[in-house]
Amino acid sequence: MILSRRWLEALLGRSLDAREMERVLTAHVSPVEGVTPLHQDLGDVLIARVLEVKKHPNADRLSLCLVDAGGTGGPVEVVCGAPNVQAGKVYPFAPVGAVLPGGLKLERRKIRGTESNGMLCSAKELGLGTDAGGILELDSTAASGTRFLDALPIADDQIALEVYANRPDLLCHRGVARELAASLGGTVKLPAIPGATPPPFALAPVRGAGGGREGVTDGVRVVVEDVEGAPRYMIAVIRGVRVAPSPAWLADRVAAAGQRPINNVVDATNYILLELNQPMHAFDLAKLRGPAVVVRRAKPNERIVTLDGVERTLSADMTAICDAERPTIVAGVMGSAESEVSATTTDLVLECAYFQATRIRRTRRALGLSSESSYRYERGIDMLGMPDALRRAIDLIIAVAGGTVREPPLDLWAEPQQARSVFLRPERVDRVLGLAFARSEIEQLLSSVGFVVAPKDERLAVQVPGWRPDVTREVDLIEEVARLKGYEAFPDELRPYRPGTVPTAPAELALARVRERMARAGFLEARTSSLGPADGPDAVALRNPLSTEEGYLRNRLLPGLVRRVEYNWTVRERDIRLFEVGTVFKPRPGQAPEELPSLAGVLTGARRPGHWTEGAKVPDMDIWDLKRHFELAVEAAAPGARVVSAIGGGVWSAIDEHDRVVGSASTQVADAPKWAGGLLGFEVEIAVAEAPRPAYARLPTQPPTVQDLSLVVPAGVVAKQVETRLRDAGGALLERLEVLDEYRGPNLPANTRGVTWRCVFRDPSRTLRDSEVDDMIRRALAALEGELGVRRRTG
Amino acid sequence: MRDLLARLDGLRERLGEIPQADERRLQELRTEILGRKAGALTEILKALPALDPETRKSVGGTANALKRELEAAIEAREQELARATGVVGDVDPTMPGRAQWRGGLHLVTQVVDEICEIFRELGLTRAVGPEVETERNNFYALNFAKDHPALDAQDSFYVADNLLLRTHTSPVQVRTMEASKPPIRVVIPGQVYRRDPFDASHAPVFEQIEGLVVDEGISFVDLKATLSLFARRFFAADTAVRFHPSFFPFTEPSADMSVRCTVCGGRGCATCKQSGWMEILGSGMVHPAVLENCGIDSERYTGFAFGMGPHRIAMLRYGIPDIRLLYESDVRFLAQFAGGVQ
Repeated sequence: MILSRRWLEALLGRSLDAREMERVLTAHVSPVEGVTPLHQDLGDVLIARVLEVKKHPNADRLSLCLVDAGGTGGPVEVVCGAPNVQAGKVYPFAPVGAVLPGGLKLERRKIRGTESNGMLCSAKELGLGTDAGGILELDSTAASGTRFLDALPIADDQIALEVYANRPDLLCHRGVARELAASLGGTVKLPAIPGATPPPFALAPVRGAGGGREGVTDGVRVVVEDVEGAPRYMIAVIRGVRVAPSPAWLADRVAAAGQRPINNVVDATNYILLELNQPMHAFDLAKLRGPAVVVRRAKPNERIVTLDGVERTLSADMTAICDAERPTIVAGVMGSAESEVSATTTDLVLECAYFQATRIRRTRRALGLSSESSYRYERGIDMLGMPDALRRAIDLIIAVAGGTVREPPLDLWAEPQQARSVFLRPERVDRVLGLAFARSEIEQLLSSVGFVVAPKDERLAVQVPGWRPDVTREVDLIEEVARLKGYEAFPDELRPYRPGTVPTAPAELALARVRERMARAGFLEARTSSLGPADGPDAVALRNPLSTEEGYLRNRLLPGLVRRVEYNWTVRERDIRLFEVGTVFKPRPGQAPEELPSLAGVLTGARRPGHWTEGAKVPDMDIWDLKRHFELAVEAAAPGARVVSAIGGGVWSAIDEHDRVVGSASTQVADAPKWAGGLLGFEVEIAVAEAPRPAYARLPTQPPTVQDLSLVVPAGVVAKQVETRLRDAGGALLERLEVLDEYRGPNLPANTRGVTWRCVFRDPSRTLRDSEVDDMIRRALAALEGELGVRRRTG
Repeated sequence: MRDLLARLDGLRERLGEIPQADERRLQELRTEILGRKAGALTEILKALPALDPETRKSVGGTANALKRELEAAIEAREQELARATGVVGDVDPTMPGRAQWRGGLHLVTQVVDEICEIFRELGLTRAVGPEVETERNNFYALNFAKDHPALDAQDSFYVADNLLLRTHTSPVQVRTMEASKPPIRVVIPGQVYRRDPFDASHAPVFEQIEGLVVDEGISFVDLKATLSLFARRFFAADTAVRFHPSFFPFTEPSADMSVRCTVCGGRGCATCKQSGWMEILGSGMVHPAVLENCGIDSERYTGFAFGMGPHRIAMLRYGIPDIRLLYESDVRFLAQFAGGVQ
């Protein structure tokens, strides 16, 4: 909401400091987002009196004026093209060197052979309106040479106030003035309308006939068929108006509040909107068939061309304001181009309505069309304040556009409502706020913004003003007390508390553990968006995506990480190790998708940072780096799962206790530049379980016995098989088993390879005898040869 | 002769400088005092032959003794400096050491952990919940009215009728209150979704941390105390904190908390949009309707709740100009917050 400081000053009858307002509003009401001084670009403009007007010697339409601008050099000669320039009058004057709005810098120059020392300005040239027909005649007694901004009450500040959805009363100047008065003192009084004469008759809105659903005013029949959509509906007929540009004060007011001045009638309705938060709609009686105003639900596919020139199709859950034949207004949203007030309009129908908030909201969304009016109706206006608003609107229109109201307006209010009362227990205020309030202070705070407070037994009966639709329960009043008191008034000392009953979520612990392990293994954590392109046939689709590129929930993390590696390649990074921990989504028919925590990692580039001692390039990571990182990841994410050679697709899989595949690791396909290393990746489901606690084993005191075995392994036999035989033979005494080396070459029989194993034997309680170790080796070799055809390598 | 002795005394005082001298200074001292051409002591020694024997003996003795002392001190200092560089044999100890790749946690994870850790000290444990939620848990149990403009700020992605990607972690408040009895003291980190395309300050997916405290006798003072303490712990012990009115359907009264801008100290800058304050979190007393919707007696129990965005807080605290840097996973960016690549 954009507020004009001067408008607020007029309502409060006092001057305001923009910074002070910003402080008070932010502390007690709603944050101020910014303060913009207006017309600061008029700082160079001066007040000047024209002493003498002569005809320009070389141009019929120009005059040569002698202008007193207070300068020490005495009056100066100025060429002026305006028809209305007169000797003895006072005008805004831009001297040589002045910069005007829009950045024009005035220079001394010759116009038709005569030197001009500055410019007398029109309203348009000063950014004060649209009138460019002549220079702006000023009614000012200020001395010549006074700064224009100092001489005229034109300097203003625009205050941008953030208004939350619960405070529609702040969408107008009176509402904000009320809050300022509560904090700074003073009372709010509507400023007198310049030129307004007392109303032509006592204007008492009358209840319509037909149960408050219909009536006639000044020949216009008004029927409210849709009482739910328009619970209160008022119509006045004003005849004999003259549509013209607004007087300066009115144009200035609406412009200062951020609205473009249009004409006197439209500006008057906008003025009421911005002052009282009551949308008013004026339309042309001559365009009204009947003449009748019918408030009804729109018919399916009924059409209307709205003010913005777009044809709209209505539906039956919208309210339409119609004449005898067809819709003229989309109720509460926008009028039709046809019924709009134009230069030729003389008779007005003036609507002052309350439309149901949710109806307006649905209409606005369905049509994709919002307006200042719909914005306010959606949030709720003051149903009880409508007669005053209508009266002021009529006064204003007659003052600025002429015309008369011949018959009392209609007030169709089928089910009149009264101000709501809410009970407040003073002790509840203290309990919720933690600070003791005197009853009198509560009463004073609430009354300061228009609540009417009356004691009722131990409680306070609080009557809620019509402009506060948000206040419906006791706690809403408690908030009023808190904010009016000011949040700064509350202490912030920590008090004792009882521990909660909710333990830390096991998932959080599991995820933290996995992240920590991956970071320790040299991976950087990535956080990617969980929305992306479909990463599989069963990706969960969004119904209303922003784009197809972000149209699906990920069902794996790995594709997103591969895209991140590709990104890093584009910035010439080659050595990349990334991991991510996050949720993946699996569809479940008829239910919310299943959400599983997952871990993925990608690795590419050098195995370790290069070092000068090694000279040559460090080898790139290969599948053996992948295997080990995968094993570590599985250990962290899915304790108890085993890493096995993959059956179909991938290189390795992780299998849990129930033989379910919970992870896989493989080389990855990516859009890689030539210089990139191979890309490897893995993904593991995270089991939300406590990590198994390691058991303590007594540290051995006996020395180990080490035996290296060089074996010739025929094709088709894998290391795992060899390992099993060795472990079987060694039993508990075989402490460690390592592969030292693999050899393929001419010294071996065809279709075999040489693999050297290191066996470390130890009995923790005694020294092993050589013969025992030899026995174990012999048994192992027998089994290897007998079952696998693996022999000890000789020579 | 007195003159020469006084000069020798002056030179003797220079001895004190030698043990502090660095390599360059030591060289200077050597030239200044012992330099073959114009060293101060050398000049004195050169002048000796011209003196009478008596004086020559006394001055010469002192001068030569001083020369030996100076030479010894300089040599000692030279050895000391050599030891400091550590050159032993042909090893140059200033060559780089052997590195390993360094890993690390994402900045947002670090910020989330840091925030949760502060609240853990205040007795708030971590709770989590699903990212796909029902309208009831995401909106209506939290006192959003159907067709209310408050929903405008919560533009959401749907995956099915009545199933949406949560727009805040508040549904976990609902789940926690329905599943547990007060006292409840939890923080709720997690991913949330809004239908905003990526730009410098928006993302359709971002992290949120909410908190919920419900017990008998919890008041606005507890809210202020807990959150002020958090702000002072997270930013600085002398951080100025400000609370002002706000609006959330699920809290009443509602309050936004700001801290003095950490960039400009309150003078006004681009980061704080000239206001001198940075908005850090939204908060409020849990609306009684929310307690009631979750089966908690709103007369007996009161509570407060709060919510903040770790992405935004990370950006403010580390001066990160574009939220997309937190999603790109550029390893050069990630490494900045992991202590480096190696």
